[in-house]
Amino acid sequence: MSQNEHANEWPLWEVFVRSKQGIEHKHCGSLHAADAQQAIRMARDVYTRRQEGVSIWVIPSASITASDPADKESMFDPAKDKVYRHPTFFVIPDEVGHM
Amino acid sequence: MDYALHLADNALILGQRNAEWCGHGPVLEEDLALANHSLDLIGQARLLYQWVAEHRADGSTEDSLAYFRDPHAFLNFTLLELPHTTALAPSARADRDYAVTIARNFLFSSYMVLVWEVLQYHPEPRLAAIAAKSLKEVRYHWQHAADWLIRLGDGTPASHDKAQAAVDFLMPYTQEFWCEWPAAKHALPDTQDMQTAWWTMVNEVLSEACLRLPEAKGHVTQGVHGIHSEHMSYLLAEMQSLARQHPGATW
Repeated sequence: MSQNEHANEWPLWEVFVRSKQGIEHKHCGSLHAADAQQAIRMARDVYTRRQEGVSIWVIPSASITASDPADKESMFDPAKDKVYRHPTFFVIPDEVGHM
Repeated sequence: MDYALHLADNALILGQRNAEWCGHGPVLEEDLALANHSLDLIGQARLLYQWVAEHRADGSTEDSLAYFRDPHAFLNFTLLELPHTTALAPSARADRDYAVTIARNFLFSSYMVLVWEVLQYHPEPRLAAIAAKSLKEVRYHWQHAADWLIRLGDGTPASHDKAQAAVDFLMPYTQEFWCEWPAAKHALPDTQDMQTAWWTMVNEVLSEACLRLPEAKGHVTQGVHGIHSEHMSYLLAEMQSLARQHPGATW
């Protein structure tokens, strides 16, 4: 998004919420806010009102560099036939749980 | 129990007022925030009404207390029933001003933080438990309101002027916080320290917001005695009409 086009809008923030201790922060959406502190507060009201989280991260959406969808074939397709990269040939003991 | 009823009425009436922003918030995020706060407040009101109803043991329920009492039976502060506008307009819908919403939430939540802090140690365990729960909620409401008041006051000339007008308009109504009436006297024996702490809290945020601290003077409103402004009947009519048209209706 160009700066001029949205000059009167608050910047966009990406919101990450950790659902409980020990679990990673997961992306859950985005919102508009004037600054980081306000973005955290708004994320609390928008994304954690049903007890979804114990911690919130926000980052300016503009800081994210995304892969180009046009490169999808060259980026991701070559991994398709390399099944040996999955560690499915190991037996994981039950005690280990989720990996 | 009049004091518990007063606390419940405060929470319900402000909850209802702020819920008017639902679907009309200045931005989606604030719309949700205000609706969240209203739900916190209505939750507090329910806990208190349930307690009052059990205590009365006369067939009262939380619903009968909320929906089937008339304005004079409500003991909330007048401040909380005012429309979201500084204009003395008869219509609550005319010219909703977010600065008034924020300034009111700020003045009232500053007060309630102090009230719940005291009441969480109340000898009556039920009130103490409600206070402990509500304290967490109102601390967040305070942060939200203080943050916005600073942004508005220290924002553009227009937002500054609106914020100042809102604070000036509402400040006289805060005199009611400190008026002495028997039930409050019993629950909060010493409001002198509380009053000093409140002015300090308010002054700190207003100066950070580049706003002038107005005096609280003039007519002292009498909401806690059931004497309300003309806005109260309209607010209750909107809130109560459905329950009164279909008494006993359930989902």
